[in-house]
Amino acid sequence: MNKQPLTLLASYVAGLLFSLGLAVSGMTDPARVVGFLDVAGNWDPTLMFVLGGAVITTFIGYRFVLKQPAPMLAGRFALPSRRDLDTKLLGGAALFGVGWGLSGYCPGPAIASLGGASIPLLAMLATMVLGWLIARRIA
Amino acid sequence: MEWASSLQGLVGGILIGISAVWLMASLGRIAGISGIVGNLIAQRPKGDSAWRVAFLVGLVSGPLLLMGLGSEWGNVVNHPGAVVGQPLGGVPLMLVAGLLVGLGTGLGSGCTSGHGVCGLARLSPRSLAATVTFLVAALVTVYIVRHVLGGGV
Repeated sequence: MNKQPLTLLASYVAGLLFSLGLAVSGMTDPARVVGFLDVAGNWDPTLMFVLGGAVITTFIGYRFVLKQPAPMLAGRFALPSRRDLDTKLLGGAALFGVGWGLSGYCPGPAIASLGGASIPLLAMLATMVLGWLIARRIA
Repeated sequence: MEWASSLQGLVGGILIGISAVWLMASLGRIAGISGIVGNLIAQRPKGDSAWRVAFLVGLVSGPLLLMGLGSEWGNVVNHPGAVVGQPLGGVPLMLVAGLLVGLGTGLGSGCTSGHGVCGLARLSPRSLAATVTFLVAALVTVYIVRHVLGGGV
């Protein structure tokens, strides 16, 4: 049986659920995100609940899912196996953090907000793609 | 503290978690946005692109669906009816921020979702280190912009 249509449907549903989660939680509003990051200002705890809810749900779900021999629609689980730290990981994370703090957008919300896009957001998405292409070149 | 927005945050977070668990259960993949979309664009991996496109379409369609339904489920600060908030800065700032986010998540192999949600849930030491690093960098950045420079962001 050709699993391709089911694979695409499953992936679409995952993306849909993800972006519904971002929208319902308010992560598609950079003011919410920067409000959380601004601990010296009028602190907004929302992001803490989002991350907490997401991590705990995923932790519990993964415990069941990863006990299975294989995923439902693929041959194996594609899991990163590295456990060491290097400068690329930490330097990259630091650069990302600065960009996240400046804009209040990480990649998920930036893309999910396309439906209400503005010129500044489109500008950010363009250089984000450029950044991915540069990272691929120098990595 | 606004309990309603915190509760919406929790509900949205659980939805994100369900999405991550579903993607692992069905396709065996980490629900990391910069990995899924970034590799689609930068690598165009043969035979491994279609599911990424489907995920990307889903990622754009959730907020669109809520907007189309005219729902009140968004959680935008001071705009109860809105689903998507507006950028805080203009084009120059967003150009710089986008480059940093793309470059940083590309080099650091992940963002808030891949490292922050899926990686932490897997108890990955790399993801924990990355998450602490980008959180601290973001906290320091916002502190400098808002309280040292006194900027409008």
